[in-house]
Amino acid sequence: MVINNKERAEMLRQLAGTNVSLCIQCGRCSANCPVAWKMDVLPHRFVYELLNGGNVDVLLEAKSPWKCLSCFSCAERCPKGVSPAAIMEAVRLTHIRAQGNNKLNPADLENYDDKMPQQAIVAAFRKFNK
Amino acid sequence: MQKIGVFVCWCGSNIAGTVDVAAVVEAVKKIPDVAYAVDYKYMCSEEGQKIIKDAVEEYGLDRIVVCSCSPRMHEATFRKCAESIGINPYMVEIANIREQCSWVLKDVKVATEKAIQLAKAAIAKVRFNNPLHPGQSQVVKRALVIGGGIAGIQTALDIADAGYKVDILEKEPTIGGKMAQIDKTFPTLDCSACILTPKMVDAACHENITIHTYSDLEAVSGYVGNFDVTIRKKARSVKADICSGCGICTEKCPARKTPSEFDEGLRNRGAIYIPFAQAIPKVPVIDREACLKFKTGKCGVCSIVCPNGAIDYTQEDELITEKYGAIVLATGFELIDLENYGNLGYGRSKNVITSMQLERLTNAAGPTEGHLVCPASGKEPKSVVIVSCVGSRDTSGRGKTYCSKVCCMYNAKHAMYIREKYPNVDVTVFYIDVRTPGKGFDEFQRRAVEEYGVHYVRGQVGKIMSDKEGNLTVFASDLNSGRHLMLNPDLVVLACAVKPAKDARKLASMLTASIDTNDFYVEAHPKLRPVESPTAGIFLSGMCQGPKDIPETVSQAGAAAAKVIGLLAKDKLMTNPCTAKCNEQICSGCLTCTNVCPYGAISGVEKEVVTLNGTREKRVVAVVNEALCQGCGACTVACPSASMDLQGFTNKQILAEVDALC
Ligand SMILES: Cc1cc2nc3c(=O)[nH]c(=O)nc-3n(C[C@H](O)[C@H](O)[C@H](O)COP(=O)(O)OP(=O)(O)OC[C@H]3O[C@@H](n4cnc5c(N)ncnc54)[C@H](O)[C@@H]3O)c2cc1C
Ligand code: SF4
Ligand code: SF4
Ligand code: SF4
Ligand code: SF4
Repeated sequence: MVINNKERAEMLRQLAGTNVSLCIQCGRCSANCPVAWKMDVLPHRFVYELLNGGNVDVLLEAKSPWKCLSCFSCAERCPKGVSPAAIMEAVRLTHIRAQGNNKLNPADLENYDDKMPQQAIVAAFRKFNK
Repeated sequence: MQKIGVFVCWCGSNIAGTVDVAAVVEAVKKIPDVAYAVDYKYMCSEEGQKIIKDAVEEYGLDRIVVCSCSPRMHEATFRKCAESIGINPYMVEIANIREQCSWVLKDVKVATEKAIQLAKAAIAKVRFNNPLHPGQSQVVKRALVIGGGIAGIQTALDIADAGYKVDILEKEPTIGGKMAQIDKTFPTLDCSACILTPKMVDAACHENITIHTYSDLEAVSGYVGNFDVTIRKKARSVKADICSGCGICTEKCPARKTPSEFDEGLRNRGAIYIPFAQAIPKVPVIDREACLKFKTGKCGVCSIVCPNGAIDYTQEDELITEKYGAIVLATGFELIDLENYGNLGYGRSKNVITSMQLERLTNAAGPTEGHLVCPASGKEPKSVVIVSCVGSRDTSGRGKTYCSKVCCMYNAKHAMYIREKYPNVDVTVFYIDVRTPGKGFDEFQRRAVEEYGVHYVRGQVGKIMSDKEGNLTVFASDLNSGRHLMLNPDLVVLACAVKPAKDARKLASMLTASIDTNDFYVEAHPKLRPVESPTAGIFLSGMCQGPKDIPETVSQAGAAAAKVIGLLAKDKLMTNPCTAKCNEQICSGCLTCTNVCPYGAISGVEKEVVTLNGTREKRVVAVVNEALCQGCGACTVACPSASMDLQGFTNKQILAEVDALC
């Protein structure tokens, strides 16, 4: 199945769950990001491509999501309540999912340490179990 | 037998595009007492009104139902039409089949069905209509303008020039408002004081204008044409009639720890002070919270130095009562607090200032005599960053959702001030959009770039950090190049959002004027009645109605004055006869209604009434003052014995409407 850019943009939007249409492209997220100076593609661009540009490749190829600290400064300072951090996370998830058949098998749960926090297990399902 | 005429309007295709008007006519014709029904393209037109008049004559109609647009649009038109052929105007009912039907529905079948229902309800109501007759009330030929900024001054001057008395009520010790603080004004860059102070003087000298400064609105009652107002003239502690305004007291006052409001905290003022040199009146006030005499009982320097013996520590607030025909709100604006924008460093670094502070720093009469310096070091800056939209266009809950409208223009102005006087200072403006519509406005902003070499960077400032010496580091984004920037300007200017005056909401409730979620006063109609409040007799002028610059403020001020003059020129006003009426026979005198009436129109009166079984007895009943009643109907629903009824909207009429629908 060939997935075009429009569909991939929609998938990313859904994964991110933040309303990109609120963005006024002010750039405050990028200005506030503590690691923006290390990023190849700035946070506001992640919102922009999902809103108008549709160039999802540029987001998926960017190194920025791996520099992102998930500190949420961008979301905190956004005047419109958009969360670029959520899109960073969506891009990371997309990569992880694309790694193929590394699903977490519920049967394997027995082999995990009892002390493993429930939240981590749930998170692992979310990340590895498409 | 009643003879009802039903007139169904197409409103071009506005109604007829979605509602089958012919089907509505057919349906209503079947209703008993409907003597005539017809549809027409534009009922409000001369031709349409003629159809109504002809039908009244031909069929002897005594009641009229018009199925058309909202009664807000044309109820008055059709009432006048009825009156012209001898039918009481209150025998007309409107079924709103446009705003409440054709505009909100898409399906012709559904819309037609609803239009028929609405017509039926109006017909059911009109059966119970009674002729009503408006009363008359006097108009007091005097206006009150609340707020003495450029808006209030201009409105007052225009009303006064037309020959009516006007009082200006200003809370500060002087009139002038924000315009008095501004250095030069866009788009012409003329000196603000040079164009404002002549107007202030004109107002002060005008035989028809009385100015009450350092005063608050204490109480208001009454209604259009007849407002009773109490003004609290706060104690200045200075006898205005003997003070010569020499200012010696303000120089010698030793209590100098209070930041000057007029200079935006960039210098301190004495406890006794005159806000600025051209203040009107030029009479100081003692700020009793700061004054040593009031705090400790010691000092009294001002009374010693005053050559005229004008200081009076025992002066008390004075209450003035006056009657007015009209009230104009011109309370202007303030800048938002920046407490939610801690990342921008305001308050932590003295070198981060607001745009209004910059106005004071560049003003020749300001704290630095117009020398632009960094407040922390006192040195001239080498580079300046201007940040637009601080707290504007922000829906996150921290700032204001609207665009403040004036900052894009004053940012360009500020950049030009600086580059003009200090060509070596680098100025960078960070912007989201540059919004400069208006005559000569875009050209003005472009001059900043083309002639003055101001850098405009599309992007925003994130964090501003300051070290111990006050050196600033600014993190920002440059969206066009996709770069993250780190700058070290010496001075940062924040163009922060405007907001309505602090007391706007309080005044709105005192005057029952409407206000929006941002506390800006609401106009009666955003397009067609922009300077009137929905409350009769209350008018709006200037920034208190929404962000606007001086040219717009002055035009609106003139428009508000024209409306006031139109009102004061009338000798008598027709009152709305749709007021509440108490059925004294069944009123139990519980007076629940007096508590719910927002206009204080009802009072309990002891009088002799005829009871239901015909006997006479003396007891307390509710009595409505028709002049005060605005016909809101709150009392009619509150009354436990159903003795309150709203004329024109009686319980019988409303229930008949509901019955027709169900
Ligand atoms: C930094 C800055 C620069 C600007 N530069 C320009 C420019 O160059 N050109 C331009 O066209 N516009 C400019 N403006 C806009 C301009 O300031 C406004 O358009 C104008 O001042 C609005 O006038 P106003 O009378 O409505 O309000 P204000 O000037 O705010 O006056 C309102 C008055 O009402 C009084 N008041 C408030 N509440 C009460 C109350 N409860 N009772 C009694 N009195 C009350 C206030 O004390 C004040 O005196 C600038 C604005 C800012 C912030
Ligand atoms: S801060 Fe918010 S509105 Fe501004 S560019 Fe980033 S996501 Fe868009
Ligand atoms: S969450 Fe990521 S993108 Fe957002 S500010 Fe923090 S590091 Fe930057
Ligand atoms: S010293 Fe006296 S006369 Fe002079 S300004 Fe002060 S109060 Fe007025
Ligand atoms: S006028 Fe300009 S700076 Fe001010 S809020 Fe609007 S867009 Fe922002």
